[in-house]
Amino acid sequence: MPPKYHIKTEPVPSRFPAITRSGVIAWDEGCLKCHRCVKKDCVYKVYEKRSLEVREMLDSLDTACKDCFRCVQGCPQRLIQKGLNPQYKALGDSYWTPEIIAALWSQAESGRIPVSGAGYGGPFAGPGFDAMWTDMSEIVRPTRDGIHGREYISTTVDIGRKVMALEFDIAGRITTTVPPLVEIPLPIIFDMLPWSPARRQITLALLEAAQALGTFVVMRQSEMSPDVARYLANVILYIDGDMEDLRGEILKNLLIIEIPDGDHVEEMQKFIKEKNSGTLVFIRMELNPTSAERAVKLTRDGAEVLHLVADEYGLEKGKDPCFIKERMREIHGRLVEEGLRDEVTLIASGGIAMAEHVAKIIICGADALGVDIPLLVAMECRVCRRCKEGIACPVELDSVDPLWGAERIKNMVAAWHSQLLEVLGAMGIREARRLRGEMGRAMFFEDLEKEVFASMGKRV
Amino acid sequence: MSCKEDTGSYPKAQTMPSRFRHALGKHRVTIGSACNNCGHCVALCPYGVYKAGSRRPKVIAEHLCLGLSCSQNEFYCVSRCPVQAISLQLNPSFEVLGDRRWTADLLASTWHMAETGRLPYQDLNYKIGDSGGGFDRIRFIFPKQSSKEIPDDAISTAIELNRSGDNRPNIAIPLPLYLGGMSFGSVSIVTMLARVRAAAALGTFCCTGEGGYPDELVPYDDHVITQVATGLFGVREETIKRVRIVEFKYAQGAKPGLGGHLLGDKVTPAVAAMREAVAGNALFSPFPFHSVYSVEDHKKHVDWIKEINHKALVAVKVSTPTDVDMVVVGSFYAGAHIVQLDGSYGGTGAAPDIAKKNIAMPIEYAVPKVHTFLQAEGIRDKITVIASGGIRTAYDMAKIIAMGADGVCLGTADLVALECIRCHHCESGRGCARGIATTDPALTKLIEIEWATQRIVNMYLAWQRQLTDILKRLGMRNVTELVGRFDLLAHLDYIKPDEVEGELN
Repeated sequence: MPPKYHIKTEPVPSRFPAITRSGVIAWDEGCLKCHRCVKKDCVYKVYEKRSLEVREMLDSLDTACKDCFRCVQGCPQRLIQKGLNPQYKALGDSYWTPEIIAALWSQAESGRIPVSGAGYGGPFAGPGFDAMWTDMSEIVRPTRDGIHGREYISTTVDIGRKVMALEFDIAGRITTTVPPLVEIPLPIIFDMLPWSPARRQITLALLEAAQALGTFVVMRQSEMSPDVARYLANVILYIDGDMEDLRGEILKNLLIIEIPDGDHVEEMQKFIKEKNSGTLVFIRMELNPTSAERAVKLTRDGAEVLHLVADEYGLEKGKDPCFIKERMREIHGRLVEEGLRDEVTLIASGGIAMAEHVAKIIICGADALGVDIPLLVAMECRVCRRCKEGIACPVELDSVDPLWGAERIKNMVAAWHSQLLEVLGAMGIREARRLRGEMGRAMFFEDLEKEVFASMGKRV
Repeated sequence: MSCKEDTGSYPKAQTMPSRFRHALGKHRVTIGSACNNCGHCVALCPYGVYKAGSRRPKVIAEHLCLGLSCSQNEFYCVSRCPVQAISLQLNPSFEVLGDRRWTADLLASTWHMAETGRLPYQDLNYKIGDSGGGFDRIRFIFPKQSSKEIPDDAISTAIELNRSGDNRPNIAIPLPLYLGGMSFGSVSIVTMLARVRAAAALGTFCCTGEGGYPDELVPYDDHVITQVATGLFGVREETIKRVRIVEFKYAQGAKPGLGGHLLGDKVTPAVAAMREAVAGNALFSPFPFHSVYSVEDHKKHVDWIKEINHKALVAVKVSTPTDVDMVVVGSFYAGAHIVQLDGSYGGTGAAPDIAKKNIAMPIEYAVPKVHTFLQAEGIRDKITVIASGGIRTAYDMAKIIAMGADGVCLGTADLVALECIRCHHCESGRGCARGIATTDPALTKLIEIEWATQRIVNMYLAWQRQLTDILKRLGMRNVTELVGRFDLLAHLDYIKPDEVEGELN
């Protein structure tokens, strides 16, 4: 058994006060100056510990208040009220919701999984990843306990092309050339960021975190700099320029190179393999309605890893775009039909925003996945996208301390890892590898609605 | 069989106002400085919003205010005030309350029922939440004209819990509901006792949860379900022998497939003694029962309880995986009398958010699947199916019965009756700031037991009223007629109002 993968976490305070859902509104006018003010009875002592953050004029009351409403209900003159914070509502957009952003902030700060009481308060279901539930086991199938350490659940995945059978010559020597295989301890790589302020510090934070976690960062060739040299073993170099520029030195140290899908993809793969046969080649494909057929063809032609990419909302290119989860199910299914699925590795990127998306996209057929925006959110990004317009970042991400950033990212990934263990444990699955494509162990909104609700109101 | 034959009659509703100085309401009423203390508003308002004061009247119960819809009335104080000193607006704090499942309206209407025992008259939606699916998109199809009005006392809401035909006692409950397990430790002893006492007053049951059987509950033995869960905390031979129903908890909907976790802070000396553990140390209830890996193992479990207590019924609480129907059939053949399906949107003291939202299916899917499957197996009449995990209102209860359950099991609604505000912080620090889900001695004192018992009783009396009205509108004399009547329901996403004959509500 491999040593247990464990990410060490410790609280890493935020640089800016968090933007909270609601705020406290308290008036002084009309105050009776009660002998014992309700503010003194606060269970969480938020009034005693009150402070003001001067940069943004944010009151610590709002971050510390836990909405128990006792002061609101207790003040004789009803001078204390709560109000929704418009700044919170304005965070992100309809996909990157304020709830997601706030949850990522807290995971990056604490390194712990989000836990709360009193049940679930969200919508019944929703589009995309919110239209599926994962399975659990009871009575007829046991579960696993990966969190409390009583059973080992592995999240390791192998990236690369797998040979289905070994061939031998008459003398019994292996004649098959086994292609390179990279093992990562958790099924997550860091993908290229769709937008960000100036990247130098951010990239260093990503690399530092990737190195500590044992995973990889996809980096553009054009963004390579001498700073990166010491992290080469954790870089996936994306060829966005001239291949001839690749120096021998870099090629020797790089484990993985990613090339864009296109007419010359085979030549490019051959060129890289000639320089270093041990380099693993990813083919980056933008998802579209023909992706499944393309994936079958590339796999037949010897592709090792297909990196299937949707946009930041998990949508593919084109009119009436399909969501990544649906397209992945199709691609996985097609490869299974063709008997090719086990030969190739599929990595899915785009729209992965929460820990549950990790488990869900794997169930839908990915071996591993790429994250992007959550890495920025771990460093307090508010998904305002002002950087896209060249406006200064409100949380000064361009000057972030890479070591602080790396700790925050590690915390978030640690929390995601623990949550993946929860899902695997509940399903009774001991390996992330075996979660891949297990669609029979998931429940899909469309199927259940059709089975259960569509017939209602009709006489039997 | 009417409920009266089994239990005498229901307890009476008694007004139990909020224990906080100001109850939270949808509207905010303020009297400005122009007031000349003529007292007209005090005399006008039939709801008791005002009380006479020395300088000007006091607004003492704005949550009872009808709100803007009052403007049609003769007694509308805002326009009748001779000096226009009264202002009425929506309460800004109100929109901070609640969430998509338990909207501010649902919270406030539950508080109203718990306070008065009656349905809210204020402009509050007490039937559905805002989750956008499941119960919140399902409506009853009520016939436009009910044939002949059935008198209230001819309508029975009672159900029987032992349908197996074995020689164990038949237990009937006058309402198709009992109260689910909340352990001593996760909630205060006052909360626990109030729930048990309310169950006893209503003639139904309340489950202990997995935290032992405190001695304070002994007087109510006949209305207690004791739980045997994976941690076996506080399970003893004498507690099993004491009760009429024993429940196995295989899983719970809020954290299906995961163990329970009571944080160290909540393990006070009293909790530790009850659970035979060490104070201050977090307690884990493992998952699953390490003695059950098959239906055969499960049968051994059930047999074990039946051997210890020859009269008890056995209930099995399970979560809702893809093969929930097989699990239920397995449970039936293992000899369970009751199977409780705990859906994924229910509440608990603390659970990982990822589990609550994603693992296992909502109860609205699970119950119809199980009902249909049991019918096909020819055993639907032999087992009692109880739904839990996401039942918030009397309407949810009636809908899930029409979707195939015999009855429901409640938890969160009881806590809301005790003025839980669903801040979702049961687990942190000293526990619930409102004194419900806490073992902190000072916070526990925030609740008085008579008050709490009556609040829960009041709420269920209002539910009984609503269920009776629903049955009456459907022309049914017995709640058992409603079981599995999918034809009486419509899902607004799949049926247009003009496709149905009747009124959607």
